Amino acid sequence: MEKYLYIALFAPLVGSLIAAIFGNTPKKVFLGVITSSLIFVSFLSSVLLMMWTFNGNVVKAEMMDWITAGNFSISFGFVADQVSTTMMAVVSLVSGIVHVHSMGYMAHDKGYNRYFSYLSAFVFSMMILVMSDNLLGLFIGWEGVGVCSWLLIGFWYHKKDEPVEVNSSISPSWAANEAFIMNRVADLAMLVGIFIIFWNIGSVKYDDIFTGIQSLSTTTIVSAGVFLFIGAMGKSAQFPFHPWLADAMEGPTPVSALIHAATMVTAGVFLVVRLSPLYEMIPEVGYGIAVLGAFVAMFAATMGLVHNNLKKVIAYSTLSQLGYMFVAAGLGAYWIALFHLATHAFFKSVLFLGAGNVMHAMDDELNIKKMGGLYKPMKHTAIIMILASVALAGIYPFAGFFSKDMILEVAFAEHSYLLWTILWITAGLTAFYSFRLIMLVFFGEERYKAFGFHPHEAYRFQIIAMIPLTILAVIAGFGEHSFMEYVSHILPEYHGHVSSGTVMTLIAVTSAMALSGIGFAVWKYSRGGFSKSWENTFIHKLLINQYYIPKFYDVVFSKPYKELSTFAWKEIDMKIVDATVDFIATSIYDMGESSRSMQTANLSQALKWMAFGLLVLVALVFFAGLK
Amino acid sequence: MITLSDYLVLSTILFMIGLFGVVRRKNLLMLFFATEIMLNAVNIGLAAISNYYGDLTGQMFAFFIIAIAASEVAVGLGLLILWFKRKGTIDLDSLQSMKG
Repeated sequence: MEKYLYIALFAPLVGSLIAAIFGNTPKKVFLGVITSSLIFVSFLSSVLLMMWTFNGNVVKAEMMDWITAGNFSISFGFVADQVSTTMMAVVSLVSGIVHVHSMGYMAHDKGYNRYFSYLSAFVFSMMILVMSDNLLGLFIGWEGVGVCSWLLIGFWYHKKDEPVEVNSSISPSWAANEAFIMNRVADLAMLVGIFIIFWNIGSVKYDDIFTGIQSLSTTTIVSAGVFLFIGAMGKSAQFPFHPWLADAMEGPTPVSALIHAATMVTAGVFLVVRLSPLYEMIPEVGYGIAVLGAFVAMFAATMGLVHNNLKKVIAYSTLSQLGYMFVAAGLGAYWIALFHLATHAFFKSVLFLGAGNVMHAMDDELNIKKMGGLYKPMKHTAIIMILASVALAGIYPFAGFFSKDMILEVAFAEHSYLLWTILWITAGLTAFYSFRLIMLVFFGEERYKAFGFHPHEAYRFQIIAMIPLTILAVIAGFGEHSFMEYVSHILPEYHGHVSSGTVMTLIAVTSAMALSGIGFAVWKYSRGGFSKSWENTFIHKLLINQYYIPKFYDVVFSKPYKELSTFAWKEIDMKIVDATVDFIATSIYDMGESSRSMQTANLSQALKWMAFGLLVLVALVFFAGLK
Repeated sequence: MITLSDYLVLSTILFMIGLFGVVRRKNLLMLFFATEIMLNAVNIGLAAISNYYGDLTGQMFAFFIIAIAASEVAVGLGLLILWFKRKGTIDLDSLQSMKG
């Protein structure tokens, strides 16, 4: 079984390297085919591993020693247990489909080969992240996906910077740097967390951590848990690290589907689930996580309500759903968090891929106010996106219904009625903005005609590639019980006590909320949507400006930092550091200049200098000899 | 009784005379003389110290210096004659053809 583990891990790397060789050559279609099929090889291995681990087996592999210093030693160790194989299967399935879809989406792009190299490198890093059996290996994968995310957000790095009014993310390279730097800030906290664990336990292997943690004081565990969670907040774009995710939509759309919806951003949730024994011991931190998650769920959903940028609406929806996952993980229902992670990966990546088709049809136009009535030219995409939106809204029997409903149930069972109310309202908001998007893009007046667009359906193979994910988005919910049995081999089972009558009431209430959200959106936007005066209200302005948080960060962090940097450059570097170095250089130069007069080309003068030098040397020897 | 320090004083005086000659003289021939005086001053010092310690190395070294000085003078004088034939002077200030 170790063999399959290595195949699953290294197949994407091989694909990435092959594509990298052709990085700066013109488009080669076969590279897309090779990388995609290698990802599917990885997916098949993951499925085999999944079947193998179904009965509670765990595959462990030690590839080689990595760091050995004194009595500290870490090896490149990998583990395929129930949690990591779940992630492996989800990651490799979604990325395989995204690879295939990208062959159509990037068909006319100059950077075709480069793109596939980056994309496969991302999958490889993600595989390291989920398969590593220690925190340091996870951290390497963590940084690897960060780098690939940076490369892919900034894929069209040549696009010029624009004012914020024109493009709220300014430019792809700006957005890429923003994402990278924000993650760096959070990663510092994560490193601190890893150090705390290593300092107190002496190992970074999960198994050692979980046994060693029993003897630690609560303060230590709390500090480790909090710092590690701050790292998770950065990757999963939780408040206050969230602005990068919306700006990351500057990258190619399949990238948004893979990295910024289905896989990388869920790494934070994965970390909390992976370290569940640690978080089990500190329920108060867990509750904090849940509160933050609920806050982000609502906070992001409200921003999604008003945005007119096709991808940003879906990005806020991703943020909101990540909040749901953190609520489940924070309240101790780890398997439910993982389950929602998987179902979310399916329907959200489909939504993004559909958005990619729409963008392609509309010549990269993103403003949904310029679309409308696209159902006619893009029937397949429309149907797929509607199915995914229904799943996202959480309507029975779609996948989102099961996972989201269980999270609400958990909140109720833990007597966190406030969290439950927030999530309940958010469920309505989710349904509303999903269908606002659908209505504005696919139905109503055909506004695109006024702008001279000629939309056309995407390539047939792109649609076919999206079908498996769509099917999963529809039916994955029925795998609930087998999934619970599967991951319960290592994750704690969750026992919430809610009577079945209450459960039915909760389901009814939640479904009613979601249905009314959908109904309101359909009703409102089939009649032309909100009036112009709504756009001048304070609430609308607050939401469309993302609660002024990007502006706040700009004023509080970016601008002072720039001032400080300018000061350091002009005053400290130029006037102190540079001046010192320059002084040494010029003084040597001046010495040479002034001693030039010694060189008269007159031998007797040279001899005099020689005699003088000799005397100096003798004097030196004399005085030094006295000591 | 002539002691070691007497020899060393003599050696120093000779060396200073030679050094003075090197610094002051403009005539190339005189320069050679001065150099020879310096070399022999060193030789005296070497021989005296060698005798004092009963170690022949110093005297051996002095012989080498004499031999090398002789060959150096031979080469130097040859060059000097050539120079004189070409320029008609052996004044040190005339050797400035490489001045930049």
